[in-house]
Amino acid sequence: MTINALLVENLSFAYGPKKALDKVGLTVSPGECAILLGPNGAGKSTLFSLITRLYDAREGRIELCGYDIKRQSLQALARLGVVFQQTTLDPDLSVTQNLRYHAALHGIGRKAADRRIQEELERLAMFERRGEKVRQLNGGHKRRVEIARALLHKPSLLLLDEPTVGLDMPSRQVIVDHVHALAKEQHMAVLWATHLIDEIAADDSLIVLHKGAIKAQGRLNNVLQAHGAASAGELFAHLTQGPKA
Amino acid sequence: MRIIHYWRALSGIVGRELLRFLHQRERFISALVRPLVWLFVFAAGFRAALGVAISPPYETYILYEVYITPGLIGMIQLFNGMQSSLSMVYDREMGSMRMLLVCPLPRWFLLCSKLIAGTAVSVLQAYAFLGIAWLYDIQAPLMGYVWILPALLLSGMMLGALGLLLSSFIKQLENFAGVMNFVIFPLFFMSTALYPLWKIKESSEWLYLLARYNPFSQAVELIRFALYEQFNQEAMLFTGGAFVLFIGAAILGYNPSKGMMVRKGGGE
Repeated sequence: MTINALLVENLSFAYGPKKALDKVGLTVSPGECAILLGPNGAGKSTLFSLITRLYDAREGRIELCGYDIKRQSLQALARLGVVFQQTTLDPDLSVTQNLRYHAALHGIGRKAADRRIQEELERLAMFERRGEKVRQLNGGHKRRVEIARALLHKPSLLLLDEPTVGLDMPSRQVIVDHVHALAKEQHMAVLWATHLIDEIAADDSLIVLHKGAIKAQGRLNNVLQAHGAASAGELFAHLTQGPKA
Repeated sequence: MRIIHYWRALSGIVGRELLRFLHQRERFISALVRPLVWLFVFAAGFRAALGVAISPPYETYILYEVYITPGLIGMIQLFNGMQSSLSMVYDREMGSMRMLLVCPLPRWFLLCSKLIAGTAVSVLQAYAFLGIAWLYDIQAPLMGYVWILPALLLSGMMLGALGLLLSSFIKQLENFAGVMNFVIFPLFFMSTALYPLWKIKESSEWLYLLARYNPFSQAVELIRFALYEQFNQEAMLFTGGAFVLFIGAAILGYNPSKGMMVRKGGGE
């Protein structure tokens, strides 16, 4: 039996009286690229905060590669790579300095870290720019560095929280292609939060989150079929806006 | 979890803080200008108005500049501690704090590492200030500059932990300005940094009590005695106790289940 890279079961969370997530359940398997689609305020960021254990949910549970995020958080977090919505690189430090810092946090020694940094930056065509300060990079290149950083410790699950917001088409395409290749070639599980429908590939899984609840999930074609929708855009509109009068 | 992982992470966090410090020269200069203005302007102006009688650790009459030097070192560390926590609030708003908290190490260890990194910077600043004070003819015994190191480490950790605790309560940077006013100024002015306890007692008994049990006073006295090669046990115990209290509360504040992060919905 394959262990799910991510298992979320019956997860509920509220900020005071305001319910942000309501009995959410989902799984992501190794090699699967799951697109988490939801409008602003759907609960995507809350879900990501709980998976990354910024805070704990009182109801439900989360497992990463079979490790419970509350009880075995260190083992679980060691298998997780994250790209947050906001850039989290230090602008005054160089690309290499930023990546070395991350490698140190994951206990990777200097030699191994430099080797991994080279591998990941070369794959994203950023190795030549390793000495530049992050401040000098454009938005797309910063994102590439963040993806390289998230992969340095070879995670089993990659979380991406709207990583392409604000990027131009060619920059977005580089990232979309790279992440899909990671799932296919390296059997990495990916959970990608977005509201940009054109980032979904035909063989991705789709999870539609709206007002804190899951409205649909499964392989893209199956979900489209089940809801009688011709495209992901139509499905998204149908599930998040309701039928038009 | 292997010890080497902890060591590498600690070196990484301290190294990053020192690199940032080296790259932000304005931060270094402004950290020095503040106490130097107090030393060159305030202390010089008040030299005639305030007489300081002989009291330990001083064995002779001293100039007011000499008296307030340890207090100004405390001020450097107080501001640095608050600035570190300010940067944590900023980091949290900008997301890089999340990057730190998501790495596979216990949260208490990550917070303590941040604290050590901030303290390392404040010790560098304090020595730079002492160097300038030396040139200004405020000179302690040579060994005092060695004695002062453990005192600076403990006081830096205590004031940093206080900043860390505050940062766990603050959601946005805007709120921080208020806290600076409500924390830094009372701590600084109700302490022995600018005037000795006996002098405060002469004017007000309750102010004396506040100043006496103000953890910042104790940190300043620890530094003052160490600079003159003396060990102030009471100040050490008090500063150490305050450190344990503040860091314990800060760790609780950053606890993902119980802490303030839950109530604030940090990072949203």
